[in-house]
Amino acid sequence: MLKLENLSIAIGDKQILHDINLEIKDGEVHVLFGPNGTGKSTLIGAIMGFSRFKILSGKIYFKGEDVTDLPVDERARRGIGVMIQRPPTVKGLSVRQMTEICAGGKAADVAKLAEKMHLTNFLDRSVNEGFSGGEIKRSELLQLMAQQPDLLLLDEPESGVDLENIALVGAGVNHILERGFDGDQPAPLAKRRAGRKKSGLIITHTGHILRYVPADVAHIMYNGSLSCSGNPQEMLECIGNEGYEHCIQCRVQEAKA
Amino acid sequence: MTKRQDVQAKAAAALEKKARYGADIDFSHYVEEQQGVRQAADPASLPEKQRETMASVGFEADASDRAASFMQIDHQVMQCQVQQEALELLSTSEAAKKYPELVEKYWWRAMAPDADKYTARTATHAEQGYFIRVRAGQKVTCPLQACMFISQEGLIQDVHNIIIVEPGAELDIISGCATDPDVKEGVHIGVSEIYIEKDAKLSFTMIHRWGEKVSVRPRTGTIVEENGVYLSNYICLEKATDVQMDPTTYLVGKGAVARINSIVVAPEGSNLDIGGRAIMDAENTRAELIARTISTGGQILNRGHLLGRAPNSKAHLECNGLLLNPKGVIHAIPELEARTDNAELSHEAAVGKIAPDEIEYLMARGLSEEEATATIVRGFLKVNIEGLPEALAAEIDKTLNAFSLNKGM
Repeated sequence: MLKLENLSIAIGDKQILHDINLEIKDGEVHVLFGPNGTGKSTLIGAIMGFSRFKILSGKIYFKGEDVTDLPVDERARRGIGVMIQRPPTVKGLSVRQMTEICAGGKAADVAKLAEKMHLTNFLDRSVNEGFSGGEIKRSELLQLMAQQPDLLLLDEPESGVDLENIALVGAGVNHILERGFDGDQPAPLAKRRAGRKKSGLIITHTGHILRYVPADVAHIMYNGSLSCSGNPQEMLECIGNEGYEHCIQCRVQEAKA
Repeated sequence: MTKRQDVQAKAAAALEKKARYGADIDFSHYVEEQQGVRQAADPASLPEKQRETMASVGFEADASDRAASFMQIDHQVMQCQVQQEALELLSTSEAAKKYPELVEKYWWRAMAPDADKYTARTATHAEQGYFIRVRAGQKVTCPLQACMFISQEGLIQDVHNIIIVEPGAELDIISGCATDPDVKEGVHIGVSEIYIEKDAKLSFTMIHRWGEKVSVRPRTGTIVEENGVYLSNYICLEKATDVQMDPTTYLVGKGAVARINSIVVAPEGSNLDIGGRAIMDAENTRAELIARTISTGGQILNRGHLLGRAPNSKAHLECNGLLLNPKGVIHAIPELEARTDNAELSHEAAVGKIAPDEIEYLMARGLSEEEATATIVRGFLKVNIEGLPEALAAEIDKTLNAFSLNKGM
C-alpha cells in the first residue's frame, strides 16, 4: 500500500526527518509512538503532501506508484485520507457540504453516517467552528467515512476526546479500516481479515486508541528517525515501564559502533 | 411655508453640495432626458438579455411567487402590479398625488433633501421610484420584487422610494438594480426612505449589477420604531466602477432591532465605498452591521459606524475582508461611539488572504486547489442571517452559488 524510501523532510530550513524507510502492506495497521516534537506529525503531513513539509530526498510510493511530487488532492483521489490534529475552521461551509465533498462521486449516506458519529445536530454547522476536541475528531471521522480512503493517516485520534467518546472514535476508525465488530458486517472474522485491504498509520501518545483499534505493527520515532519496530502491545508496555530512552538504546549503540 | 416648499427650498440650496464621501459626479457629462416613450409592457415581452439580467438580480418575469412587482426602465415605470391585497404599490409620484397627507408625514423625513447634491437632485426632479405600504397588522406572505433598470447609454436615473410598514405588519422585498448589458456609462441615484413602525418587520435584499462605467449613489434612511425589526442585505458581486453609499438606520423606539449585512466583491476596476450607520436613540435597541468583502483587484472602503445614545443599547460591527489579488485594496474603518454610559458596542475586523492550511485541508478531501479556493470564498461570503425569510435566503444562495471567482477576477 505505502512504501517510504530514505525519506528526509524539512520544515523551512530545519530538517525534521532523516532517512525514513517504512512499508505498510495492504490491510495492515501500523502505529507510530514517540515523544513530542520528534517528527511524527511531519511524517503524516509529508505522506499527504502538505506544502509545509519539504522533501529533501527519498521517495513515497503509494500502491506502487511514485507519488513523491503529486499535489495533495491527487494523493487524496488515489486513496490517501488524513486526520490532522488541529484542522482549521472553514466558515460558511457546513459539515454536510464538507462530507459530500469528501464522498466525491462515491455513494455515501451522510445522514446515516452522521447518526453513527452522533453528529446529526452538527450537519448544518460550519466545519469545526466552536467544536470541542472530541467533536472535531468525530467530524473528521465522519468526513473520512464518506471519503473511504485506502490508507488512513491519523494524528492522535484520542487527544482531547473524553472517555465516553473514545469508543465512538474507535468505532469510526474501525468502520473506515473495515476492522472491529460493526453491526453492518456480519461475516466471520477470518473471512473479513482475509478480504480487507484498508491500511492505516496511527500516531498515538497514550495508546488508548489501541484498546479499540487492533494494530499489527508499531514503530518508535525518536529525533526524526524510526528507531525500532515490533508488536504494538509489547512496545507500548515497554515505553510505559522503561521510557523511550530504553527503547532506543540499540539504535544509540548502533550509532556509537 | 408648506412642507413641499420647504423641501424644494432646501434641495435647491444643496444642488451643488458635494457628498461627504466618494468621487464627485459631474452631471453635465450625462444625459438627463430619456429618449422616446415606451409602452408599459409585460416583462416577458422584453428582450431576452434584459430579462436575463433582471433575473440575475432577483427579478422574475414569472411573478407567480411574488406578492407584487415593480419595474422601472430609465425614467419610466414599466410594471406596477399587485398580486396580494395586503399591500399597496404605486409609483412615488402617483402616491404623492393620491395621498398628500402621507407626503406631509413621510416624504423626506428619513433622508434630508439637502444631505448632498444627489438627494437634492432627486428632491427637485425625481424620476419615479416606488411607494410601498403595508397596512397595520397585514403580513405579506411572499416577497415583493422591484427592479430599477438603465437601458439608455449615459443616462442619469434618479428615483425616490418610500416604504412604509405599518404597526404589526410584515414585508419582504427583493430589489434588484442593473443596467442593460450594452450600457457602459450612466448614473443611478436611489433615495430610499424606509419606515418600520411599532412591532413591524421588513426584510430587504438588494442585489446590484452594474455596467462597466456606471456611478451609483444610493441614499437610504431607515427609521425603526418600538420593537420593529429591520433586516437588510446588500449584495454586489460584479464589477462596479464607482459605488458610494452610507445607509443610516435610526432605531428610535424601545427594543427596535436592525441587522444589516453587505456582501461585496470588487474585481479589478471596482471602487466601492460602502458604509453603514446605526444610531440607537431608544432603550434596549440592538444593531448588527456585518460586512464580508472580497477584492480580486478592486478597491473597497468599508466604513461602519455605531452610535449608542440610549441606555442598554447594544450593537456589533463586523468587517471581514479577503484580499485575493495584490493589486486590490481593502480598507476597513470601523467606528464605535457611545454617548451613554451603558451602551455596549463591539467590533471585529479582519482583513487577510485565505489561509493556505484551509486550502490544503479541502485538497486533502479531494478538491483541486481552484475548487478549494472557490469553496472557501463561497463559505466566507455566506452570512447566516437570523430570521431571514426562506425565499430571500434562497435568492441570496442562488446569487452566491452563481458567483464564480474566475468570472470576478
